[in-house]
Parts: sequence; C-alpha cells; structure tokens
Amino acid sequence: MSGVWMGMPAFPEAAREALADGQLRANLRTATGTIRAKRAAVVGERADWERLRLAGRAIKDRALRDLDTYLVRLEERVTEAGGVVHWARDAAEANRVVIELVRAAGSDEVVKVKSMATQEIELNEALADAGITAHETDLAELIVQLGQDRPSHILVPAIHRNRSQIRDLFRRAMPGAPADLTDDPVALAAAAREHLRRKFLSAKVAVSGANFAVAETGSLVVVESEGNGRMCLTLPEVLISVVGIEKVVPTWADLEVMLQLLPRSSTGERMNPYTSTWRGVTPGDGPREFHLVLLDNGRTAALADDIGRDALRCIRCSACLNVCPVYERTGGHAYGSVYPGPIGAILTPQLRGVDADPVSASLPYASTLCGACYEVCPVLIDIPKALTHLRGQVVDAHRGKPSAERLGMGLAAWVFARAGRFAAAQRLAALGGRVLARKGRIGRLPGPLAGWSDARDAPVPAEETFREWWLKNRGESR
Amino acid sequence: MRVGLFVTCFNDTLFPASARAVVRVLERLGHDVVFPVTQTCCGQMHFNTGYQRECVPLVRKFVDDFAGIDHVVSPSASCVAMVREFHPRVAEIARDAGLARAVADTSPRVREFTEFLVDVLGVTDVGAAFPHRVTYHPTCHGLRTLGLADRPTRLLRAVRGLRLVDLPEAEQCCGFGGTFALKNADTSVAMGADKSRHVRETGAEVLAAVDNSCLMHVGGLLSRQRSGVRVMHVAEILASGEGP
Repeated sequence: MSGVWMGMPAFPEAAREALADGQLRANLRTATGTIRAKRAAVVGERADWERLRLAGRAIKDRALRDLDTYLVRLEERVTEAGGVVHWARDAAEANRVVIELVRAAGSDEVVKVKSMATQEIELNEALADAGITAHETDLAELIVQLGQDRPSHILVPAIHRNRSQIRDLFRRAMPGAPADLTDDPVALAAAAREHLRRKFLSAKVAVSGANFAVAETGSLVVVESEGNGRMCLTLPEVLISVVGIEKVVPTWADLEVMLQLLPRSSTGERMNPYTSTWRGVTPGDGPREFHLVLLDNGRTAALADDIGRDALRCIRCSACLNVCPVYERTGGHAYGSVYPGPIGAILTPQLRGVDADPVSASLPYASTLCGACYEVCPVLIDIPKALTHLRGQVVDAHRGKPSAERLGMGLAAWVFARAGRFAAAQRLAALGGRVLARKGRIGRLPGPLAGWSDARDAPVPAEETFREWWLKNRGESR
Repeated sequence: MRVGLFVTCFNDTLFPASARAVVRVLERLGHDVVFPVTQTCCGQMHFNTGYQRECVPLVRKFVDDFAGIDHVVSPSASCVAMVREFHPRVAEIARDAGLARAVADTSPRVREFTEFLVDVLGVTDVGAAFPHRVTYHPTCHGLRTLGLADRPTRLLRAVRGLRLVDLPEAEQCCGFGGTFALKNADTSVAMGADKSRHVRETGAEVLAAVDNSCLMHVGGLLSRQRSGVRVMHVAEILASGEGP
C-alpha cells in the first residue's frame, strides 16, 4: 500500500475490499464502540452541551463570515510577535514554502506533530522528493509511517492495526527496537519513546499544524495526548506551522468554548493531557524562528458554497467517524482521502472538486443519510444536508452524458408526473413481479438489480395496488 | 375529522396492506379518510440521489395534490421527512417564491402515521390485539429527522397480547439508505446483516417499523436467511384485532 491517495478506486470498490477483512472490521467495531461510549459519558455530564454546540457553531460561522478580516488580523499579530506568515494557494505552494524554509535552516530532516493539513498536502512525500526526511512523532502516525501505510482515522490514524501487528512492524522497521519486544502496550510505547527522543534532540526543524489560530492575539493552539507535540513545538530551532485558513477563531475567549467541545467530542476526555499555545518567538526560550503557512487548497471554493461551507466549521474531532455505521464497517481507507468518514465525504469532494476524480464523485454517496453524524457534531454541521447538496453537484456535473441511472431517473420523473402513467407502470411492475416470483418472494435477479438480490430477497409487487383497492372499495376520488 | 392519505408510491405498489391498515385504524377511530387519486411521489428518491432538478415538478404536483386538506397522514417516516425537511429546499433550488409559499403551507400539515395518532388525535390505545413477540427498529428518518421518539412504541405497548422486546443497538441504521442499497450494495448488506443478527437475537416473531423501505431491506435478508422472522409495518399491527 502506498502512502499517497490519488488513483484510489471509488468508494464502493474500496469498501468491498475493506469489508472482506474480518480482522479490520473487528478492530474497528471495538475501537469505535469504545470511543463512542466514552464520548457519550463525558458529553452526558454537561447539562449545557447543546448550548455549547450552538456557541461553537456561532464562533466558527463568525470567523468564516469575515474570514478575510480575521486572517489579516492574524497575520498582523503573528508578525508583531516575531513570526513570519506565508500564504499558500494550494498544496504545491505550501510544500514549496516548507521545503525552502527547511533548506534555509540547513537541515535535511524535520520532526512532525500530528497534523491533518500536512497530510492533506502530502508534505512528507514532497519533502522526501526534496531529500528531506520527515519523522512523524505521534505514536499512531509513527506506526502508519513505518508501515508505509495510510491513516484510516482522523484522531486514531492506526485504528486499523492491533498491537501484535504493531510489534511486528516495530521489530521490522523501527531503528533500535529491542529484538525481544512484546505486544504489551507499555513496552511498545517505551520503544517508540526511545526512538523518538533521539529525533527530538537532534532535529533543528519542526513542522506542525494547529487546532486553532486566534486572530485577536496571534496565538496558535495544538491539543494532544502524548507530549510529543510539546517536544516538537519547543525543542527545535525553527518551527513551521501549516494551518488551514478555516482554523482561525476571532478571539482568545472563543477558546473557552472550543476547548470544551473538542476533547469531549474527540477522545471522550474532559480535557486532553497537553494543550500548547504560542505566539511568535521568545528570545532564549523555544524556537528562534516561527513560520505560519496559511493554506487555502480549495477552502475558499468551499466557502463560496452556501451549504458546502458548513464543512469548514469542522474542528477535526472525528466524533462523526466513530458513530458512522458505514465507517464502522469499511474503515477509513475506503474514503480515499486523509479525511475519512462523514466529514470526509463532504470535505474531500469540496477541496478537490466533486468531479475531480472518481473517488470524489463517489464520496457524497458513501452514506445512508442516517443522520448519526449530525447528532454528535460539536459544531452542528448538517452533514446529511451537505451530502444531498453535493450529490446534486455530482449529478449536474455529469448532465448531458448518458447513463443507465440518468435514463432511469428521467423515466421515473416522467412516470410520476401523471397518476395515469404511474398506474400503468404499477401494472407493468405487477406483471414483472409475477414472472420473477417463486413462492411469494423474488430471489436472485439479473443485471443492475443483482446488487440487491445477491443477499436479499425482494418483495413481490402486490396483485392489487392501494389505489386500485381504494377505487374499488371507496370509489370517490377525494 | 377529515384526514388525507399520502400513501407514497412505494407503499402503493409494493406494500398496499400498510396503507389499507392506516385507513382501517383511522376509520375505526371514527375519522373520514380521503385519498387524492392524483398523487404519485414526493420526490425523495430523486432528491436524495442528486436529481434535484427532476424533483421540482414532483414537489409542485405534491402541493397541488394535497392542497386544502388540513391533515395529511402517511405510513412512511422517510417520505414525510422528505416533505417536511426538503420540500422547502427544493422550492429554494427552483427559485420559485410561489412554490416556497405553497410548500410552507402544505409541509407542516403532513404527518407520519404514529405521530398523527399520538400528537393530533391524542390516542395511544387504538384497540388492537396482536398476541405475538415483537421487536421494533426505529428507522433513521423517524428517529432523527422527525423525532418520533417513543410514539410508535407507546402505541405498540398498548396493543393487547403484544410482547415488545428491545432490539440491541436499535438506533443504528439498517443500511438501506435508498439508492445506497444499490450503489453501495456490499456496505448496505454488511450493515443489514448486523441488524438482522440483532433481530434474530431478540427471539421476536415480528420486526416492526414505520418505514417499509427499511423493512424491505432487513426483511429481504431475514427471508434469504430463512430466519422465520416476519417484518410488519406498525400500522398493520395497529389494525389487527377487532378494534375499539
């Protein structure tokens, strides 16, 4: 499995492959079930949870409505504090900025804090092409990187791996791993810590993302669980943070709300173990240089869409993944993007363009529209609404090209336009049903309906439709 | 009371017994059911699959077909959710202020059957008898979009002889999802397989719900597995027995 995403098969095919992996499904079921229960418990103890969600939505909406103002303010404050702000229109620009900064620091390696934005732009691959080695320092990201694998969850990127698989991987791929390493989680963490500590102490450059960027103060915020982030943010000489433009919040006080919503929704904790915030540089303490790379990469296009823009409220908590019945069965790789699950299904097609590739066009359909995601989203993103909206864009992008589905939908619309046509179609369906039925049910069907009938019997259309019964027994028309 | 029946194209063709059951229960309770015969489809399939332009004439037709009826009742939570939640959106897409006004007038008058019984008629005991072990699956549109909560189970608990048993992980989606069941058939079946396993675990003879579409999916699996479990719309259970 390669580390990059493009060229993945569309969701239905990738999902089929994932569904065949019983170990994966068992891992996912246990992991998502555990996080779901933890989240429900810590959310349940807050009587004001619904008000917090409304506040979170309002804060993000305010930031997005006047994003231009807040971004410029952020740039001013960061610059005042001794940082340097770079603006990147797309992944290529952002990667080029980072590569130049690492080279300017005279380094050929960086340590990395877990970051979605840098995965989105495939920074590690771009750095490797430029001869620079990136060391992921989050334990799960390290597991993914050592396995030349892809993350399958926003918060728990190695959710698809169990501990014996991780022990085998460490023994094989992690320099200095003890030969007698067991699959005891404490031993695994200790081995990783020893490996990473050498990197923290030697690396001159660190690359991070940020959970929030405060316009009012120019502060960046990273929340994490392991302390590796704190190491990266404080030990190296140069710190480069690649941050999506939608991460800005207007004021420092807004963090009061966001830092209550995020850990409870994400890890199911009241507060995460490490919260680091910083402004620019401080002589004699921490990095000597701080660079903030503000990344667009499709975000302004999403912002222009009146429904799609709600996805930019996302704070990457992954609560929607953990409750999603589709994600629970397919895992994250099937979504062909660093953003899996329900949020990925609406974010990825917007960042890439709904018609950019077969994966993006298939993602809005990777949902039953059950609404479990909307129910838990801490910033109230109506994901089902956005999904149907994006499905409309997928269909509109393909108008004029013939397809069996388009033909069928057009025919159905014509039939439904007149009750007489519909009644005639019902008689045809009843006739077809009588031909196919065996013992009151319809078994395996040919052609496009085989997808239904491979595992499911189909009902036989009734001998007498409701409207026929009504006209016979009640007579009058209304 | 004069009550309009929105049968839904799906029930009309495949599950007319559920619609007849709605008529039977309402008439038994002394109400006058009318059926606008010009009705066809609310547009849910088109809308949810992305054919939103094709959906516009269907919404226009819907508001015409049900104009002037104070209470409209339907044995499908997902079609009612389409009417209440997304008809306004279709009018927005059509950029038609007249249609938006018509939708704003029609949509709130459309209610799912159990919602109508409990909220409008104030009835939980419809005088039904059904001496069987039943488990109930809350379908997603009923549970999350319409917020039916315990209305269907309050009605079921009042049925003579009915033993209602809890369904494990009841609130998880069954995997039907309209065209999802075909477009993502493997995932749909994987979800449905877990749902049908939970249904079998209850030992129930009957799986009940307020959406025949979800029941067609789970029932199709239960039938293929020769499980012996029947699926039934809640309305059909409420119509059984002699009545009040």
